Amino acid sequence: MSNNTVKTDTAASGIGPVEGDSLYSVDNPAPVIEPPRQRTKKTPRSTRGNFELYAWLFMRLSGVVLVVLVIGHLVVQLVLDGGVQKIGFAFVAGRWASPFWQVWDLLMLWLAMLHGTIGLRTIINDYAERANTRVWLKGLLYTATVFTILLGTLVIFTFDPNIR
Amino acid sequence: MWSWVAHRVTGVLIFFFLFVHVLDTALVRVSPEAYDEVVATYKTPLVALLEYGLVAAILFHALNGLRVIAVDFWSKGTRYQKQMLWAVVGVWVVLMIGALYPVLGHAAAEVFGS
Repeated sequence: MSNNTVKTDTAASGIGPVEGDSLYSVDNPAPVIEPPRQRTKKTPRSTRGNFELYAWLFMRLSGVVLVVLVIGHLVVQLVLDGGVQKIGFAFVAGRWASPFWQVWDLLMLWLAMLHGTIGLRTIINDYAERANTRVWLKGLLYTATVFTILLGTLVIFTFDPNIR
Repeated sequence: MWSWVAHRVTGVLIFFFLFVHVLDTALVRVSPEAYDEVVATYKTPLVALLEYGLVAAILFHALNGLRVIAVDFWSKGTRYQKQMLWAVVGVWVVLMIGALYPVLGHAAAEVFGS
Protein backbone atom coordinates (compact mmCIF):
# COMPACT_ATOMS: atom_id res chain seq x y z
CA MET A 1 0.00 0.00 0.00
CA SER A 2 2.64 2.53 1.03
CA ASN A 3 4.97 1.14 -1.66
CA ASN A 4 2.28 1.90 -4.23
CA THR A 5 1.98 5.58 -3.27
CA VAL A 6 5.75 6.05 -3.46
CA LYS A 7 5.72 4.66 -6.98
CA THR A 8 3.04 7.06 -8.23
CA ASP A 9 4.82 9.99 -6.55
CA THR A 10 8.14 9.34 -8.27
CA ALA A 11 6.46 8.64 -11.58
CA ALA A 12 4.81 12.03 -11.39
CA SER A 13 8.16 13.76 -10.90
CA GLY A 14 9.63 11.84 -13.82
CA ILE A 15 12.15 9.81 -11.81
CA GLY A 16 12.00 6.02 -11.83
CA PRO A 17 12.00 4.08 -8.54
CA VAL A 18 15.27 2.39 -9.55
CA GLU A 19 18.17 4.52 -10.75
CA GLY A 20 19.00 3.91 -14.40
CA ASP A 21 15.68 2.16 -15.02
CA SER A 22 13.88 3.85 -17.92
CA LEU A 23 10.34 5.02 -17.28
CA TYR A 24 9.50 4.74 -20.95
CA SER A 25 9.16 1.85 -23.39
CA VAL A 26 7.77 1.20 -26.83
CA ASP A 27 4.27 0.99 -25.37
CA ASN A 28 4.81 4.02 -23.11
CA PRO A 29 6.88 6.51 -25.16
CA ALA A 30 8.42 9.64 -23.67
CA PRO A 31 6.60 12.89 -24.53
CA VAL A 32 8.10 14.80 -27.46
CA ILE A 33 9.49 18.19 -26.44
CA GLU A 34 9.16 20.81 -29.17
CA PRO A 35 12.36 22.83 -29.87
CA PRO A 36 11.73 26.41 -28.75
CA ARG A 37 12.78 27.83 -32.12
CA GLN A 38 12.37 25.86 -35.31
CA ARG A 39 14.62 26.63 -38.29
CA THR A 40 12.54 27.40 -41.35
CA LYS A 41 13.41 28.41 -44.88
CA LYS A 42 13.04 32.03 -43.80
CA THR A 43 15.58 31.70 -40.98
CA PRO A 44 18.78 33.52 -42.03
CA ARG A 45 21.86 31.34 -42.29
CA SER A 46 24.40 31.73 -39.55
CA THR A 47 27.04 34.28 -40.54
CA ARG A 48 29.51 33.08 -37.91
CA GLY A 49 32.39 31.08 -39.33
CA ASN A 50 34.92 28.96 -37.52
CA PHE A 51 37.61 31.67 -37.39
CA GLU A 52 38.19 31.41 -33.64
CA LEU A 53 38.64 27.63 -33.86
CA TYR A 54 41.11 27.91 -36.74
CA ALA A 55 43.01 30.68 -34.93
CA TRP A 56 43.24 28.51 -31.80
CA LEU A 57 44.48 25.57 -33.85
CA PHE A 58 46.96 27.74 -35.78
CA MET A 59 48.53 28.93 -32.51
CA ARG A 60 49.27 25.32 -31.50
CA LEU A 61 50.48 24.09 -34.91
CA SER A 62 52.63 27.15 -35.66
CA GLY A 63 53.88 27.06 -32.07
CA VAL A 64 55.36 23.57 -32.48
CA VAL A 65 57.06 24.54 -35.77
CA LEU A 66 58.33 27.82 -34.29
CA VAL A 67 59.95 26.04 -31.33
CA VAL A 68 62.18 24.22 -33.85
CA LEU A 69 62.75 27.22 -36.18
CA VAL A 70 63.42 29.83 -33.48
CA ILE A 71 65.61 27.69 -31.21
CA GLY A 72 67.59 26.58 -34.30
CA HIS A 73 67.91 30.26 -35.25
CA LEU A 74 69.18 31.16 -31.75
CA VAL A 75 71.75 28.34 -31.78
CA VAL A 76 73.08 29.40 -35.22
CA GLN A 77 73.12 33.16 -34.49
CA LEU A 78 74.03 33.33 -30.78
CA VAL A 79 75.86 30.10 -29.87
CA LEU A 80 77.77 28.57 -32.79
CA ASP A 81 80.95 30.01 -34.28
CA GLY A 82 81.59 32.94 -31.92
CA GLY A 83 77.98 33.84 -31.14
CA VAL A 84 76.63 37.30 -31.99
CA GLN A 85 80.17 38.65 -32.62
CA LYS A 86 80.38 36.91 -36.03
CA ILE A 87 77.19 38.51 -37.39
CA GLY A 88 77.57 41.10 -40.12
CA PHE A 89 76.67 41.69 -43.75
CA ALA A 90 79.12 39.01 -44.90
CA PHE A 91 77.60 36.42 -42.56
CA VAL A 92 74.05 37.20 -43.79
CA ALA A 93 75.23 37.00 -47.41
CA GLY A 94 76.80 33.59 -46.77
CA ARG A 95 73.69 32.19 -45.15
CA TRP A 96 71.19 33.54 -47.69
CA ALA A 97 73.27 32.08 -50.53
CA SER A 98 71.60 28.81 -49.53
CA PRO A 99 67.92 28.25 -50.39
CA PHE A 100 67.65 26.17 -47.21
CA TRP A 101 68.24 29.19 -44.96
CA GLN A 102 66.10 31.44 -47.20
CA VAL A 103 63.14 29.08 -46.75
CA TRP A 104 63.94 28.71 -43.03
CA ASP A 105 63.92 32.48 -42.47
CA LEU A 106 60.89 33.08 -44.69
CA LEU A 107 58.84 30.41 -42.87
CA MET A 108 60.00 31.73 -39.50
CA LEU A 109 59.07 35.31 -40.48
CA TRP A 110 55.55 34.41 -41.61
CA LEU A 111 54.72 31.99 -38.81
CA ALA A 112 56.18 34.20 -36.06
CA MET A 113 54.43 37.34 -37.33
CA LEU A 114 51.04 35.59 -37.66
CA HIS A 115 51.49 33.80 -34.31
CA GLY A 116 52.35 37.11 -32.62
CA THR A 117 49.52 38.98 -34.34
CA ILE A 118 46.87 36.45 -33.30
CA GLY A 119 48.33 36.46 -29.78
CA LEU A 120 48.22 40.25 -29.51
CA ARG A 121 44.70 40.25 -31.00
CA THR A 122 43.60 37.99 -28.12
CA ILE A 123 45.25 40.33 -25.60
CA ILE A 124 43.58 43.41 -27.16
CA ASN A 125 40.20 41.65 -27.11
CA ASP A 126 40.77 40.77 -23.43
CA TYR A 127 41.90 44.12 -22.04
CA ALA A 128 40.58 46.92 -24.32
CA GLU A 129 37.08 47.37 -22.95
CA ARG A 130 35.70 50.01 -25.33
CA ALA A 131 34.68 48.79 -28.79
CA ASN A 132 36.31 51.82 -30.44
CA THR A 133 39.62 51.20 -28.69
CA ARG A 134 39.60 47.59 -29.83
CA VAL A 135 38.95 48.56 -33.46
CA TRP A 136 41.77 51.12 -33.48
CA LEU A 137 44.32 48.93 -31.70
CA LYS A 138 43.59 45.97 -33.99
CA GLY A 139 43.72 48.21 -37.05
CA LEU A 140 47.15 49.43 -35.96
CA LEU A 141 48.24 45.86 -35.24
CA TYR A 142 47.14 44.50 -38.63
CA THR A 143 48.74 47.44 -40.47
CA ALA A 144 52.06 46.87 -38.71
CA THR A 145 51.82 43.13 -39.38
CA VAL A 146 51.18 43.48 -43.12
CA PHE A 147 53.98 46.06 -43.42
CA THR A 148 56.51 43.93 -41.54
CA ILE A 149 55.67 40.66 -43.33
CA LEU A 150 55.88 42.35 -46.75
CA LEU A 151 59.12 44.15 -45.89
CA GLY A 152 60.77 40.99 -44.53
CA THR A 153 59.65 38.88 -47.49
CA LEU A 154 60.92 41.50 -49.93
CA VAL A 155 64.30 41.64 -48.18
CA ILE A 156 64.75 37.84 -48.29
CA PHE A 157 63.76 37.60 -51.97
CA THR A 158 65.63 40.64 -53.28
CA PHE A 159 68.80 40.30 -51.17
CA ASP A 160 71.85 41.25 -53.25
CA PRO A 161 75.28 40.21 -51.88
CA ASN A 162 76.99 42.55 -54.37
CA ILE A 163 75.01 45.61 -53.37
CA ARG A 164 78.27 47.56 -52.94
CA MET B 1 47.65 31.40 -13.31
CA TRP B 2 51.16 32.92 -13.08
CA SER B 3 52.41 30.74 -15.94
CA TRP B 4 49.53 32.17 -17.98
CA VAL B 5 50.53 35.76 -17.08
CA ALA B 6 54.19 35.03 -17.86
CA HIS B 7 53.19 33.46 -21.19
CA ARG B 8 51.37 36.68 -22.18
CA VAL B 9 54.11 39.03 -21.00
CA THR B 10 56.90 37.07 -22.73
CA GLY B 11 54.77 36.75 -25.89
CA VAL B 12 54.26 40.53 -26.15
CA LEU B 13 57.97 41.22 -25.48
CA ILE B 14 59.08 38.74 -28.16
CA PHE B 15 56.58 40.17 -30.66
CA PHE B 16 57.84 43.74 -30.17
CA PHE B 17 61.43 42.56 -30.58
CA LEU B 18 60.39 40.79 -33.79
CA PHE B 19 59.29 44.11 -35.34
CA VAL B 20 62.63 45.71 -34.48
CA HIS B 21 64.53 42.65 -35.68
CA VAL B 22 62.84 42.62 -39.12
CA LEU B 23 63.58 46.35 -39.45
CA ASP B 24 67.27 46.01 -38.51
CA THR B 25 67.68 43.05 -40.88
CA ALA B 26 66.04 45.07 -43.67
CA LEU B 27 69.11 47.35 -43.54
CA VAL B 28 70.98 44.72 -45.61
CA ARG B 29 69.01 46.19 -48.52
CA VAL B 30 70.34 49.68 -47.72
CA SER B 31 74.07 49.05 -47.50
CA PRO B 32 76.53 46.65 -45.81
CA GLU B 33 77.84 49.58 -43.73
CA ALA B 34 74.39 50.55 -42.42
CA TYR B 35 73.69 46.93 -41.42
CA ASP B 36 77.07 46.36 -39.77
CA GLU B 37 76.78 49.63 -37.86
CA VAL B 38 73.43 48.69 -36.31
CA VAL B 39 74.48 45.08 -35.65
CA ALA B 40 77.54 46.49 -33.80
CA THR B 41 75.17 47.76 -31.09
CA TYR B 42 73.95 44.16 -30.62
CA LYS B 43 77.53 43.25 -29.68
CA THR B 44 77.86 45.73 -26.80
CA PRO B 45 77.74 44.37 -23.21
CA LEU B 46 74.48 46.15 -22.31
CA VAL B 47 72.60 44.81 -25.34
CA ALA B 48 74.13 41.36 -24.73
CA LEU B 49 72.39 41.44 -21.35
CA LEU B 50 69.12 42.34 -23.10
CA GLU B 51 69.73 39.45 -25.52
CA TYR B 52 70.07 37.13 -22.54
CA GLY B 53 66.69 38.41 -21.35
CA LEU B 54 65.25 37.82 -24.83
CA VAL B 55 66.57 34.24 -24.80
CA ALA B 56 64.98 33.80 -21.35
CA ALA B 57 61.61 35.03 -22.66
CA ILE B 58 61.75 32.89 -25.82
CA LEU B 59 62.76 29.70 -23.98
CA PHE B 60 60.02 30.12 -21.36
CA HIS B 61 57.39 30.90 -24.02
CA ALA B 62 58.50 27.88 -26.10
CA LEU B 63 58.58 25.38 -23.20
CA ASN B 64 55.36 26.62 -21.61
CA GLY B 65 53.72 26.65 -25.05
CA LEU B 66 54.54 22.97 -25.44
CA ARG B 67 52.98 22.43 -22.00
CA VAL B 68 49.80 24.26 -23.09
CA ILE B 69 49.62 21.99 -26.16
CA ALA B 70 50.04 18.92 -23.94
CA VAL B 71 47.24 20.13 -21.63
CA ASP B 72 44.97 20.72 -24.67
CA PHE B 73 45.64 17.53 -26.65
CA TRP B 74 47.00 14.89 -24.23
CA SER B 75 44.23 13.05 -22.38
CA LYS B 76 46.21 13.13 -19.11
CA GLY B 77 47.46 16.69 -19.73
CA THR B 78 45.29 18.43 -17.13
CA ARG B 79 46.16 15.84 -14.47
CA TYR B 80 49.90 16.40 -14.91
CA GLN B 81 49.84 20.15 -15.68
CA LYS B 82 51.56 21.02 -12.38
CA GLN B 83 54.32 18.45 -12.84
CA MET B 84 54.76 19.72 -16.41
CA LEU B 85 55.11 23.29 -15.11
CA TRP B 86 57.97 22.16 -12.85
CA ALA B 87 59.52 20.35 -15.80
CA VAL B 88 59.27 23.59 -17.83
CA VAL B 89 60.96 25.57 -15.03
CA GLY B 90 63.64 22.87 -14.61
CA VAL B 91 64.53 22.64 -18.33
CA TRP B 92 64.42 26.46 -18.55
CA VAL B 93 66.93 26.85 -15.69
CA VAL B 94 69.28 24.27 -17.28
CA LEU B 95 69.09 25.95 -20.72
CA MET B 96 69.59 29.42 -19.20
CA ILE B 97 72.74 28.22 -17.42
CA GLY B 98 73.87 26.71 -20.73
CA ALA B 99 73.24 30.02 -22.52
CA LEU B 100 75.27 32.03 -19.98
CA TYR B 101 78.66 31.58 -21.65
CA PRO B 102 77.60 31.73 -25.36
CA VAL B 103 75.46 34.86 -24.91
CA LEU B 104 77.27 36.72 -22.11
CA GLY B 105 80.83 35.36 -22.35
CA HIS B 106 82.13 38.02 -24.71
CA ALA B 107 80.41 40.84 -22.80
CA ALA B 108 81.82 39.59 -19.49
CA ALA B 109 85.33 39.47 -20.98
CA GLU B 110 84.88 43.03 -22.24
CA VAL B 111 83.55 44.41 -18.96
CA PHE B 112 85.77 42.53 -16.50
CA GLY B 113 88.80 42.01 -18.76
CA SER B 114 90.08 38.62 -19.75
